[in-house]
Amino acid sequence: MDQYTLNLLFVGATFALYIGIAIWARAGSTSEFYAASRGVHPVTNGMATAADWMSAASFISMAGLIAFGGYGASSFLMGWTGGYVLLALLLAPYLRKFGKFTVPEFIGDRFYSPTARMVAVVCLIVASVTYVIGQMTGVGVAFSRFLEVSNTTGLLIGAGVVFMYAVLGGMKGITYTQVAQYCVLITAYTIPAVFISLQLTGNPIPGLGLFGDHVSGEPLLARLDQVVTDLGFAQYTAQDGTPSSVINMTLFTFSLMIGTAGLPHVIIRFFTVPKVADARWSAGWALVFIALLYLTAPAVGAMARLNLVDTVYPNGTAEAPIDYEARPDWMKNWEVTGLLKFEDKNGDGKIQWYNDGSDAFAATAAERGWQGSELTVNRDILVLANPEIARLPGWVIALVAAGGLAAALSTAAGLLLAISGAVSHDLIKGQINPNISEKGELLAARIAMAVAIAVATYLGLNPPGFAAQTVALAFGLAAASIFPALMMGIFSKRINNHGAVAGMLAGLIFTLVYIFMHKGWFFIPGTNQFPDTISGSLLGIQSTAIGSIGAIINFATAYFVSNATADTPEEIKELVESVRVPRGAAAAAADH
Amino acid sequence: MSDQTSQPAKAAETDKGYWAANVRIIIVSLIIWAIVSFGFGILLRPVLSGISVGGTDLGFWFAQQGSILVFLALIFFYAWRMNKLDREYGVDEE
Repeated sequence: MDQYTLNLLFVGATFALYIGIAIWARAGSTSEFYAASRGVHPVTNGMATAADWMSAASFISMAGLIAFGGYGASSFLMGWTGGYVLLALLLAPYLRKFGKFTVPEFIGDRFYSPTARMVAVVCLIVASVTYVIGQMTGVGVAFSRFLEVSNTTGLLIGAGVVFMYAVLGGMKGITYTQVAQYCVLITAYTIPAVFISLQLTGNPIPGLGLFGDHVSGEPLLARLDQVVTDLGFAQYTAQDGTPSSVINMTLFTFSLMIGTAGLPHVIIRFFTVPKVADARWSAGWALVFIALLYLTAPAVGAMARLNLVDTVYPNGTAEAPIDYEARPDWMKNWEVTGLLKFEDKNGDGKIQWYNDGSDAFAATAAERGWQGSELTVNRDILVLANPEIARLPGWVIALVAAGGLAAALSTAAGLLLAISGAVSHDLIKGQINPNISEKGELLAARIAMAVAIAVATYLGLNPPGFAAQTVALAFGLAAASIFPALMMGIFSKRINNHGAVAGMLAGLIFTLVYIFMHKGWFFIPGTNQFPDTISGSLLGIQSTAIGSIGAIINFATAYFVSNATADTPEEIKELVESVRVPRGAAAAAADH
Repeated sequence: MSDQTSQPAKAAETDKGYWAANVRIIIVSLIIWAIVSFGFGILLRPVLSGISVGGTDLGFWFAQQGSILVFLALIFFYAWRMNKLDREYGVDEE
């Protein structure tokens, strides 16, 4: 059976499974559509949260960024797991006690202001739509490869599938489909990683193999450091110790962490457990299932980089690279998508791949008759191409394609649910037409989903970065707008309606404008005022890291405005006090 | 327990003590959270560069493996500790 048929078979079979479950558990009432009747066990909920959480950015994109960024890309690993600590300690139990369906509902009630609720809706939509753009980028990569079409065609097909999929079921359908998706995606991620780790280090656990010895006898990371520096690239494990680089890495990690705790589609998960105690356990279980992938990802990245160098330079980096005509099949397959390109700059028919941006290496390159690096590899293809690079069997390649799609689909569906919930429940039912029928609310939810997908697909055609980088921008926006409002709402009784609204607006606008000034206005390429590099940027901070500063602005604005205006009313102080203790959570839930 | 203190006032006292205990646990946990990630993983990596782990140094290990393992331990510790605290103060849901 050829690879194409095998891919279709695996992807088709897993899709049939998800859709089957979605139909079986079809959402009935609106309360089921959003919060699955609060009957989900913490372990089940943790697994579903993990599937919801680990998107195309984690599955498809992140290991590729680590492979090319080395130590510098560790921010993704620490940021996207460390946020769960904040979520478990600072938000989840209290939001569960509060017992509402959506994040804007909490903000509206706590800050006794429909305006605050509307601002929260806007923040949520901006962050979620940016997030979906990143997913669409990943969906485009996955579909283009396994259907063997161009990246654009892959993206358009993917958008259609996501839409069909998301409108089918509500949260209830999604909870059980997401458990299935988690199982598919974690199997698809770990199986090739285990194979490759065995090939390179003899250790079946990739996270241990990464720090183990390569089959040649030297430590794997030492060998990797050696071969990449031989080609003029930065040493893989080295830290760029310049203060500006260290500051950027710290701010970026912080932004990803608080963004994680502020993303509505993850928070909404903690509304669905029966008790406050379960909300605490749920966050832990979610991180267990997430960590299985995150502890593997750095090994996948490092080993893929090493395999890639060995593929291009089969006789070692001191010898000539392979002939273009003798390139392996996986390169040919990816050339079809346009995400891997070869250009024979010196006309010798060989694939020279090195760092042509390094001044220190320019002399060596000239000596060897190289006239520029001839191979361009889109970082987002690395995980999907990984089993092919390591020459693993066809079914593993097909499994990875299915896993990548599971990751992208599950997150896109969760985000679309959060967006549609905000529009239909908070905006239309809460503001515009409180008497809307349940049927009308569901219809509005589905229209909102369609619009969000259309916008994300359009912007996904010219994404502002690799999937994980675009997603990182979404985290910055959530970090600057939603997280501070939620945290202050629980931990301070003094922050009032004016403070919260001013804080959220200041954080969101500052962060959004800064991102647009560096990535292009509304992500349209070429409309940026500053280059998105550390040295070229307005404040010496890259756009992916600016969410941290936005969050600080949010906290500070809220503090000063609140202290300059009237104190919060007595009943709000009582509300905050009641949110802080678990007692009576079941009753709080029954009221709604 | 004196009869002079009314029921709601007593409950308010309990809640205050419970919240203060909770905030103390959160602060300690977050200090550990920051030390392993921002500390060992980024800012203090040069200080730890003498300790080698599998072809690189301890800071690299913390950045790509260690911090995640500590985060896991922290969340489970917090869940266990708080569920115990809930019962100690009688504010649990049973």
